[in-house]
Amino acid sequence: MASHEMLTIQGLGVSFDGFKAVDDLNFIVDRNELRVVIGPNGAGKTTLLDLICGKTKSTSGSIMFKTMDLTQMKEHAIVRAGVGRKFQTPSIYENLTVSENLEVSFPRGRTAFGALFFRRTADVAERVKNVAEEVMLNEKLDQQAALLSHGQKQWLEIGMLLMQDPELLMLDEPVAGMTVNEREQTAELLNRISKNRSVIVIEHDMEFVRKIAHKVTVLHQGKVIAEGSMDKVTADPRVIEVYLGH
Amino acid sequence: MNLLTKKLSKTDLIGVVVLSAIILVFFPSVFSIFRLNLIGKYLTYAFVGVSLVLLWGNGGILSLGQGVFFGLGGYCMAMFLKLEASDPIATKIQTTPGIPDFMDWNQITKLPLFWMPFKSLTFTILAILVIPAFFAFIIGVAMFKRRVGGVYFAIITQAVALILSVLIVGQQGLTGGINGITDLKTMHGWDIRSDSAKYILYYVNGTLLIGCVVFTRWVLSTKFGMLLLALREKEDRVRFSGYDVANFKTLAFCMSAVMCAIGGAMFTLQVGFMSPSFVGITPSIEMVIYTAVGGRMSVVGAVFGTLLVNFAKTFFSEEYPDLWLFLMGATFIGVVLLFPDGLAGLYERFGRPFVARMLRRSPSSRKKDEPTVAVAAALESGGKHG
Repeated sequence: MASHEMLTIQGLGVSFDGFKAVDDLNFIVDRNELRVVIGPNGAGKTTLLDLICGKTKSTSGSIMFKTMDLTQMKEHAIVRAGVGRKFQTPSIYENLTVSENLEVSFPRGRTAFGALFFRRTADVAERVKNVAEEVMLNEKLDQQAALLSHGQKQWLEIGMLLMQDPELLMLDEPVAGMTVNEREQTAELLNRISKNRSVIVIEHDMEFVRKIAHKVTVLHQGKVIAEGSMDKVTADPRVIEVYLGH
Repeated sequence: MNLLTKKLSKTDLIGVVVLSAIILVFFPSVFSIFRLNLIGKYLTYAFVGVSLVLLWGNGGILSLGQGVFFGLGGYCMAMFLKLEASDPIATKIQTTPGIPDFMDWNQITKLPLFWMPFKSLTFTILAILVIPAFFAFIIGVAMFKRRVGGVYFAIITQAVALILSVLIVGQQGLTGGINGITDLKTMHGWDIRSDSAKYILYYVNGTLLIGCVVFTRWVLSTKFGMLLLALREKEDRVRFSGYDVANFKTLAFCMSAVMCAIGGAMFTLQVGFMSPSFVGITPSIEMVIYTAVGGRMSVVGAVFGTLLVNFAKTFFSEEYPDLWLFLMGATFIGVVLLFPDGLAGLYERFGRPFVARMLRRSPSSRKKDEPTVAVAAALESGGKHG
């Protein structure tokens, strides 16, 4: 297998009570690629991420991450293998401070006893500082996460994923609810962090997609109906028909 | 951050020191041995209260079956003491001398196999720590690996409490049945009923309790503690950050079980008996109430909560024998309505600002505003999960 493929999905399917949310899906993401997945509501975008990160178990097909089949692995093992996933609504620990949020995401002391004897060494503090800077929260480190704005919460969750330095990062609607200004900053952030890893983004905002996407995949009823550059996809008559509108 | 943790542990320390002073100095110097023994009994419930702060307050795992572990610890200790009290000379009027009296009454003629090892004190102490932990481990793995949580977990723990108490009552010949294991006299020849023994046991109990408080504070200050809090809020986020959530919950459950068991064993020693009425559903729920009254996030609060509820119980039942249950009920309703965060919540609101003022007065009276603001801010935010 050529080593420039990060994620190879073949014949993937899942059905909920007979409804096929994802149906015989084939999907390849390369190393250092930023892929955006778009499609109408109920197209199976979030389900696709759920399948990759192990939240939902597939009924058929395979998901190869490098050389590992993720369909056979537990959620925490998938994360440890290098797959990070951000949820649609910001999923952070509101009771903890920003730096604590980042710190608990540091990939050491991951077993129950390991966490009991985890020490906050200099490299942890260093990493928290660097990541906070990356996600533009370096001035909020001691603030309780509940007090952040919606956009900052989204960034914090991205920061929590960056703490683990994943090789594949999956973001579900990262700019939903953000101001125009915050969208700009998020686009820059994503362009920065996709330099040395693969990123899959689900997004509806076409202007934002244009800014970040290397390639775009369009899903409809659990199937890929178009894939390629932004220009190619937006010109595709089927995409216009089911998603973009006339 | 560093400043914050330092200040936090300072106020923590104050809480523990005040608690120790009250338990080890104030109570013994004010109360007679009769009252002190009663307080010692209440303090054994506080072990359960502290364990629930770890499990429920911080981990969000509500166990309505902590009485099971309290009972397991208590019964282990009671079995040892009962065997010592049942030497052949003391029991020579029985059909089978040398076995506990209730076995003789139930036509049992030989000591059951599982009672044998409890002739050894070393084994008994190990059993008090290991059996509840093992039991909690089994329940924990069975529930948490299958992602049973929340209300369902609470219901199942309640069912376990019921099953165990029914089992104990039903197996009269092996367990002493509804009366429990009574008539406990000596521990390695040392009479536990004498006043001097009661004093010593009170201090041992108090020290162990403070040990549990400090241990729990330590656990909560580690990354493990932070993850417990994180779990309570966003379990999925923790899971998808690479943690095997079930293991964390199971370990917290085992720790809490061991603390309850120590409390149970100390109960048996101080009160002189153990019965199924400390195992079932009612005591298990009552112990949750202590924690709620104390403030479920506060370790020190749980101890005060336990004491307050039990003082109230004693006071009401002595002064108003006909009304006391209603008065207790009214107290609970009042607490829940008026102070949803319990005693600790009250302290946060009124006590802490006062302590903060005291703190800032003494060391930094020269440099005025700047550092005091930092202390106050640190105390403020520390209180959220102190």
